Amino acid sequence: MKVGRIDFGKYKVQIGLIAMFFAILALFMITSPRVFLRPTIYFAFLSTVPFVGIMGLGLTLVLVSGEIDLSFPSVMALSSFFCAVIFHTTGSLVLGILVAFAVGIGIGTLNGILIRKIGIPSIVATIGMMFAIRGCVNILSGGLGQSLVALLGNPLHSALVGKVGGKIPAQSLWFIGLAIFMWFILFRHKFGSQVLFVGDNEDAARMMGVKVDIVKTMVFIIMGVLASFAGLIDSFRLLKWWPTMGEGFLMTTIAAVFVGGTSMFGGEGSILGTFIGAFLIGSLEAGIVAAGLSGFWTQLIYGVLIVTAVTIHILVKGRAG
Amino acid sequence: MSDNNNLLVEMKNIHKYFGKVVALQGVDFEVGPNEVVGLIGDNGAGKSTLIKILSGVYSPSKGEIYIKGQKIDLRHYSVEKAHELGIETVFQEQALGVKQTIWRNLFLGREKEISGSFGFLNTEKARKETDRMMRELLGFTGEGISPDSPVRTLSGGERQGIAIGRAMYFEADLIILDEPTRALSVKEVSKVLDFIKKVKEAGKSCIYISHTIAHVYSVSDRFVILDRGQVVGRYKRKEISEPELNEVLIRIHEAPEFGSESR
Repeated sequence: MKVGRIDFGKYKVQIGLIAMFFAILALFMITSPRVFLRPTIYFAFLSTVPFVGIMGLGLTLVLVSGEIDLSFPSVMALSSFFCAVIFHTTGSLVLGILVAFAVGIGIGTLNGILIRKIGIPSIVATIGMMFAIRGCVNILSGGLGQSLVALLGNPLHSALVGKVGGKIPAQSLWFIGLAIFMWFILFRHKFGSQVLFVGDNEDAARMMGVKVDIVKTMVFIIMGVLASFAGLIDSFRLLKWWPTMGEGFLMTTIAAVFVGGTSMFGGEGSILGTFIGAFLIGSLEAGIVAAGLSGFWTQLIYGVLIVTAVTIHILVKGRAG
Repeated sequence: MSDNNNLLVEMKNIHKYFGKVVALQGVDFEVGPNEVVGLIGDNGAGKSTLIKILSGVYSPSKGEIYIKGQKIDLRHYSVEKAHELGIETVFQEQALGVKQTIWRNLFLGREKEISGSFGFLNTEKARKETDRMMRELLGFTGEGISPDSPVRTLSGGERQGIAIGRAMYFEADLIILDEPTRALSVKEVSKVLDFIKKVKEAGKSCIYISHTIAHVYSVSDRFVILDRGQVVGRYKRKEISEPELNEVLIRIHEAPEFGSESR
């Protein structure tokens, strides 16, 4: 990147999004200054937003590759279930975490096989997987949750969800680190280049020697691993695993990615957009409630925000040609 | 070994059947060094089949291929092998990602050329090389276009140029263009013809497939006319004028059809 010659036209979408974020924040500050002019609420966001955000990063990659994944909330539950069970039976958290990641890799691979080898459209395959995996979770757990209070004091627990400097939730730093890492993978790594082409013009990519099946399967594996990671930190944070875990994250994660400016049609996406989109979606509910509106308003405002954001993206891009 | 080691490509007695359908019957076809060959014929004459055999997409039912004097083992011939031997096809259905920048398109499938440690891309190098490809190989002078321009902002002719430039950049000896001027405006066609002249200037060879004589005539050194799977005419440009070549084609098309013709 040449400093001083930055092409602002290229970043119109991101600039628009940041402006929107601050506009909404300003609105909240006006409607409920007692909440939004104090730091507490922001630390709360840093604690809760990373779950949507981390899965949003994976989903961004999936969408850029021209596919969709709806199975990630169930992956979140299944992986962290295995971690909880293994931790309780063997006492080893490291082993539990490794198995959780293996579950994410395994389901990502299975998604890849269903979509690329058998040829099921990704929306159908991953809806099927979403139900099937949730079913496994329910059967294996018997519908019962698990306490993870025994994790307290474990150094891995502190590293993942502890408070850095006594204040900043560690998961927010993981989220920031992962966002930067994923930006480099998508835009500055040869794998990312192939993901962009596979979503843009699959035939062209294949003709030029890109192994489309492998690239797309890898993308689903990354999604699976990130969903596992989100499941781990969510259960660690609350010191509890429960069988419906992740269900509330499906629509909010998808919303965060679309609000962030990633296209439904593949070949383009924004990591920074997803990052901001996650905070936008994540702060909305708190803002609405703090403003004195009842929780019933939340969905209406979500809907308006999503449609407005995507409309702005399309208008901005349309003008860019 | 072949009789003529100077030829870049020599295809001998090529036959291709698709089930009962005869697509090619005994075609001989050569390309010399630094030569632009116009491969002409109506839809279904067998042009694309012949070229797909040469570029490794199809395997011939019968026949021999020599590339740079070497006999090709057709059982182990493939698109990858053709690339290794310096044969690049610029496909009709432009192999470009239109939402991506020109530099990403140049290195599509060859990201190794611009990646450093752990596969991370050296974008500075990619941009510099793309700029060189555009100016030196293609003669792009356009102000508004940079290596960072997304391909969707380019015109149809410019997009063909990028695809041709990509083949030239990677040191192809023979560039195969399948109907590169199809669906282009007059102004865009002249751009593409200029790019083909650049291929010749760079000392490389080209097979230019078309059924538009006006386009193919001005840039080709030699013409090969296919009809119903057979070569029905070979001319050097010096020997035939554009109207005469048109005349030949009309006569071929008016000739009575033999047997059941389907390709």
